[in-house]
Amino acid sequence: MNKVYADIDTALADVEDGMSVMIGGFGGAGAPIELIHTLVERYKKTGSPAKLTVINNNAGNGGVGIAAMIYAGMVAKMVCSFPRSSDPKAFTEKYLAGEIGLELVPQGTLAERIRAGGAGIPAFYTPTSFGTTIAEGKPVAEFDGRHYVQERWLKADVALIKAELADRKGNLTYRKAGRNFGPLMAMAATVTIAQASRVVELGEIDPELVITPGIFVNRVVEVPDPQQEETLLRDEVKQGAVRGAVQ
Amino acid sequence: MTAKLTNAQIAWRAAQDIPDGAYVNLGIGFPEMVAKFKPKGREVIYHTENGILDFGEPPLAGEEDWDLINAGKKAVTLNPGAAFFHHADSFAMVRGGHLDVAILGAYEVAETGDLANWSTGPGSVPAVGGAMDLVHGAKRVCVITDHVTKDGRPKLLKQCRLPLTGVGCVTTVYTSLAVVDVVNQRFVLREKLPGMSLEELQALTEATLVADGAVGDLLVPQV
Repeated sequence: MNKVYADIDTALADVEDGMSVMIGGFGGAGAPIELIHTLVERYKKTGSPAKLTVINNNAGNGGVGIAAMIYAGMVAKMVCSFPRSSDPKAFTEKYLAGEIGLELVPQGTLAERIRAGGAGIPAFYTPTSFGTTIAEGKPVAEFDGRHYVQERWLKADVALIKAELADRKGNLTYRKAGRNFGPLMAMAATVTIAQASRVVELGEIDPELVITPGIFVNRVVEVPDPQQEETLLRDEVKQGAVRGAVQ
Repeated sequence: MTAKLTNAQIAWRAAQDIPDGAYVNLGIGFPEMVAKFKPKGREVIYHTENGILDFGEPPLAGEEDWDLINAGKKAVTLNPGAAFFHHADSFAMVRGGHLDVAILGAYEVAETGDLANWSTGPGSVPAVGGAMDLVHGAKRVCVITDHVTKDGRPKLLKQCRLPLTGVGCVTTVYTSLAVVDVVNQRFVLREKLPGMSLEELQALTEATLVADGAVGDLLVPQV
């Protein structure tokens, strides 16, 4: 068994038009920038993968990462909890023009829907959103005197996540708060592709410290010294960069 | 018209009610200020829903680690004994009733405990984040807010008019004029600014303020 791919292009080669793509990260922490930008470059050259449904907590910031995907025009719909950021222009303009769809999901419900998808639980009940517009049309039930809203699992064709360490069996660790959605998305996608800052020999990751067991991971690509979304955004602002340009 | 508390003073007042040993989530923006006024000698552990327990002060400029941020995407540091976890665990802490206190901002609060703090209605890009989760599960859900809107309309209402964040979820409201507990779907006045009469305060409040218990003075230092 060797899940390690030599290059990102090969690892992402079968990401196709119309797929649903979970992308790890909360803000810039944990955003797999190299994986995302490789897809953007391919789309710009070949027109594919287009019409993607992207699942992430946010909907891009500035002109990098998911915002670059949106500017490029390859995203048909966002599933997220908070499509705002310090510079949300990429999503906002397309949304207000009716050119991109939005499924707004409360953050904890988004996390639990993804976890449920990965755990084979088709639906669950949560107190979150009861009595609000988000709950409209969803089944409600009473348990022990309180009301709960039924939410369904969320799965995807592909998950793109950022790990710190990986081995050839796909075991992963994360870096600080960059963990966020990574372990959940890894479970919920048909194909999970992780970029890792370092691919280590088997056994170098202490089994007690494995965060995502390799069974949830299909492909690993080593990306040493990965780019950090927040740093790229700050550089963009400093340079007065043209939005949508991916370096 | 009596002077009102500044935002910092409202945050100070809310901080005094956080007990030693509490696990606390502070909402993005104004509620983050509450941490500054934690009384000395109390150990409080802050939860941020993106996946950290026990984060500390912001780092010095230039020393940020952008994998170490809070829910507002601001850089933070860790206290000794901090922990990282994924998002499903993080919201299990929230929904599972493990947090002692959540402190949030508000557009409107109703005497029923309903809260509106996520949407000002149609016309903008809707964004909810963790607000609808945070109002469920914490043992105390506190709101800090000006007592009235910028144009002087009451924010403590019989019924919310804006889209709801949660139903019957608010425990206590700390405003620029008063401290009000939600008890059995009524606003019970706990403290008010000493220079203000009950009638003056009621005139700025749509819902009835119940004041049949002892109403204390809302005394806050200059901070």
